[in-house]
Amino acid sequence: MSFAKALRCRECGREYPLDPIFSCEFCFGPLEVSYDLDGIREAVSRDSIGRGPSTIWRYAPFLPCDVEYKVDLGTGYTPLLRADRLAKAIGLDTLWIKNDTVNPTWSFKDRVVSVAIARARQFGFEAIACASTGNLANSVAAHAAGAGMECFVFIPDDLEQGKVVGSGIYNPTVVKVRGSYDDVNRLCTELSMQYPWAFVNINVRPYYAEGSRTIGFEVAEQLGWRTPDHLVAPMASGSMYTKIWKAFQEFHKAGLIDDPKTRMSGAQAAGCSPITTAFEKGTLNFVPQKPNTIAKSLAIGNPADGYYALKQMQETNGGAEMVTDEEVVEGIKLLAETEGIWAETAGGVTIGCLKKMVASGFIRRDEETVAIISGGGLKTLEAVVDALEEQLHVDPKIESFEAAQRARRGALVGAKA
Amino acid sequence: MEKHVRLTFGPESIKQPLVYQLGHQFKVVTSIRMADVDKSVGWVVLGLEGEADEVERALAWARSQGVRVDDATLGDVVEGGA
Repeated sequence: MSFAKALRCRECGREYPLDPIFSCEFCFGPLEVSYDLDGIREAVSRDSIGRGPSTIWRYAPFLPCDVEYKVDLGTGYTPLLRADRLAKAIGLDTLWIKNDTVNPTWSFKDRVVSVAIARARQFGFEAIACASTGNLANSVAAHAAGAGMECFVFIPDDLEQGKVVGSGIYNPTVVKVRGSYDDVNRLCTELSMQYPWAFVNINVRPYYAEGSRTIGFEVAEQLGWRTPDHLVAPMASGSMYTKIWKAFQEFHKAGLIDDPKTRMSGAQAAGCSPITTAFEKGTLNFVPQKPNTIAKSLAIGNPADGYYALKQMQETNGGAEMVTDEEVVEGIKLLAETEGIWAETAGGVTIGCLKKMVASGFIRRDEETVAIISGGGLKTLEAVVDALEEQLHVDPKIESFEAAQRARRGALVGAKA
Repeated sequence: MEKHVRLTFGPESIKQPLVYQLGHQFKVVTSIRMADVDKSVGWVVLGLEGEADEVERALAWARSQGVRVDDATLGDVVEGGA
């Protein structure tokens, strides 16, 4: 059973029943799910979690929906891999990669969408919708198909056809909106007020966002019921970054781990860096930006949780970093070449920022660090296709192969000299 | 109708008495719900009550003054394509 007990305003603390609402009527602050952590403490133990399924549903008592409404595509409990080769390359003693590329639609969005759809079904919604041009839409469309729910995906009408395929295969209604990105934003917000649909990141947003906490639960459990010294996560809206920390705190309050001391750091692309820019200026007030980066899954110029992310950096003695598009590609390649994990551009942002924070000494060599890799590389093939080593082209003869090998080695030696 | 917006000010617009001017130049009632303003940047969450057209005119004017206008609580709801 779920131990969710209320929605609470993050600004003024007012409580609301667990309804499909997202903002405080009084101050318009965002609502967040609160839990009966004493009840969880009574009902849950390390052993009981350990006996659960190898998915996010092993943490069902911590989720804001009843488990009988779940649509389980096998999301979560993704590998936490020790990354010694990458650690050595960037100058860390101990580094772990949380590999969320292996989720059912190859990104961490399956976590939030699993929870949003379960809660939407519990509310009795028959249709699910989202405004997204990528990972979120893919996951919503897949889960809607699995649940047999009607699904609407809203996109700007100038989006390349290729980007729609990952959602279109699950046969949702794709709605191309004539207008700008801001027009799509406004239309979807207005639709969510008038149509009896669950918009995953609007009217069921408080529940949706809770799904990200499962990354934090898993990291703590997979490290042997403890938290790392430092954690680096990518930031778009800033939601996942803040929810991982919430998860650590809830695990502590539920008696499962010691008081977390993790320094929480966030990663953005320079072409969309409202949170990192505000952090560098030492203010909690970010200025929205117009995104211009290849890291499109992080391209949220007006991040809903930006303020809370900045506060969390202060509270945990963490930080924020940003990288150029070239550094994003270098980050993707470095992770792939050292650890065999191919990440989408958000992963390149995370690795690029991690590398910079270690190089600057902000992350000390002896800090045990976890990096969150949130999505798989096939989603952003075009980002790296021109950055790969040239292939050998040979005749079907051994001497041709060996000549090409010699030429390549010579070129490499020449390049290094 | 009542609309709730978040106005974000940059260094060029931060010193303008913009909320006063909105209530003065347009037939809208303004109500500040939350705000955080410092020397160079700041934001105000504002309720605007009035005829729908008048509210939109007021917000268009605010944009023309270099102020960013967004929905009050959600931030961007379109998630980027990876």
